[in-house]
Amino acid sequence: MKKYIDQGKNDTRSGFGAGLTELGRTNPNVVALCADLIGSLKMEKFIEENPERFFQIGIAEANMMGIAAGLTIGGKIPFTGTFANFSTGRVYDQIRQSIAYSDKNVKICASHAGLTLGEDGATHQILEDIGMMKMLPGMVVINPCDYNQTKAATIAIADYEGPVYLRFGRPKVANFTPVDQKFEIGKAVMLNEGTDVTIVATGHLVWEALIAAENLEKLGISAEVINIHTIKPLDTAAILKSVEKTGCIVSAEEHNYLGGLGESIAGFLATARPTPQEFVATKDTFGESGTPEQLMEKYGLNHGAIENAVQKVLKRK
Amino acid sequence: MPKLQELQDLTIQVRRDILRMVHKVSSGHPGGSLGCTEFLVALYNETMQLQPEFDMDGKNEDLFFLSNGHISPVFYSVLARRGYFPVDELNTFRLINSRLQGHPTTHEGLPGVRIASGSLGQGMSVALGAAQAKKLNQDPTLVYTLHGDGELQEGQNWEAIMYAAGKKVDNLIATIDYNGQQIDGSTDDVLPMGDLKLKFEAFGWDVLEIKEGNNLEAIIKGLAEAKTRTGKGKPVCILLHTIMGHGVDFMMYTHAWHGKAPSDEQLENALAQNPATLGDY
Repeated sequence: MKKYIDQGKNDTRSGFGAGLTELGRTNPNVVALCADLIGSLKMEKFIEENPERFFQIGIAEANMMGIAAGLTIGGKIPFTGTFANFSTGRVYDQIRQSIAYSDKNVKICASHAGLTLGEDGATHQILEDIGMMKMLPGMVVINPCDYNQTKAATIAIADYEGPVYLRFGRPKVANFTPVDQKFEIGKAVMLNEGTDVTIVATGHLVWEALIAAENLEKLGISAEVINIHTIKPLDTAAILKSVEKTGCIVSAEEHNYLGGLGESIAGFLATARPTPQEFVATKDTFGESGTPEQLMEKYGLNHGAIENAVQKVLKRK
Repeated sequence: MPKLQELQDLTIQVRRDILRMVHKVSSGHPGGSLGCTEFLVALYNETMQLQPEFDMDGKNEDLFFLSNGHISPVFYSVLARRGYFPVDELNTFRLINSRLQGHPTTHEGLPGVRIASGSLGQGMSVALGAAQAKKLNQDPTLVYTLHGDGELQEGQNWEAIMYAAGKKVDNLIATIDYNGQQIDGSTDDVLPMGDLKLKFEAFGWDVLEIKEGNNLEAIIKGLAEAKTRTGKGKPVCILLHTIMGHGVDFMMYTHAWHGKAPSDEQLENALAQNPATLGDY
């Protein structure tokens, strides 16, 4: 199978910060907003270089979403930054009315998504955000897998006209996708071609899927691994093409199985080509305090869980 | 003021539009619309500097955001009669396939509307963003907003009110339709809000009151005064004392007509109190 090298662990939120810094230098219309979490969102460099284009909103996320919507009137491209929980559930109606329904060109950038936020516990570990955001008509939903891809995605969404939800995380994880890659919204990335089973993963689970595929190969199972960085619009053509070949699929994500990537895939395949599917996702539960590794193990979101799901789905072919 | 008679005539015609629009579809919000008729007529035809063509970005022209979107009838009528879209389109209010949705939206491409509103409490935040974009663009024009008084019960307003003063957004004039009424009764009965003037001042705003909020001359004078107070480091608030349902005797001094359309007979009575001036749509 194709080898992927970890270029050195890094956090996806730093990828966001690096992308934003680059945008500050290249696109004069880009402005940034933050609700009292500059350090967590890695926005310092952008602020240092573009103080007049930064808006510190304070702990008032509803106001931040409205201000972002207003900044687009006058041609600005606002990037909002706060935790994923406060970027979605807390401000759902503001996003729905003032951004999505109003067709505003706002980039909602959300860090600390999912269980890997860790010790702060369930109040901050949102596992429902993809669902909320993908249900909004016109909203693009992106969940890149590592530092390099998050940086590329941050840069790419500035050139896309329309609302975007960009989801990333807190922990340092493997950084294995190419530096300076071109990021295409809505285009799945084939990581490893295989014939027995399709594994589609998003965010932090993509690296785990690669480890799983390597372990499965030792058992004589050929796994195709696809990185779905864009959950909406979903690259249905890539998914269909893969399951036509493998006949079964495992979806993997750091999110509730209700409302997540797996649900979008199941919804598509149910009408396009009914296919046995297993879900690696949280099972309608809140998280809890713990280290990211402990939590991913306890809630079944690592390569071991993907391997088990593959064994299960293979029997259903 | 030679223009005053024209504006008076327009005000009466807008009242007729409002009444006929909500009557036709037996739904919509006449009370607040009638109460804010003079204000919006004055704002769009006397106070604001506007470009001849609608452009979403609104550079180098004053902007207006309606936060209490349910008074869409008055907003649509004033926009149409200012030339943003054909007056005949008022006929389509709240009908299927119309650009004139129950609450205003950008989604159907209606010229003059820059944000959806209806879910309350969001307009001031949006206006703050637009006002700050103007500053970044070195655009000296102003941003105006209108809010219901009951709407201030939504917490997001107070985030925005704190921010506006804290960040010295002084190219914003926010007007509160101070009619003391909301759906379930008087604001004092539903949730007393205390002294709004003191509250805005405590948050760092420059507040002025227009005591006769249904008197065109008083409104024009008040808006001109508000304009002179911009650019001085503080956002400006106008407490506009209006009478809900103004201009139709049986709709005044009550919350009953907040979201209720008149019957055929009531419409006839209401229109008789506001004889046509510019011609109905």
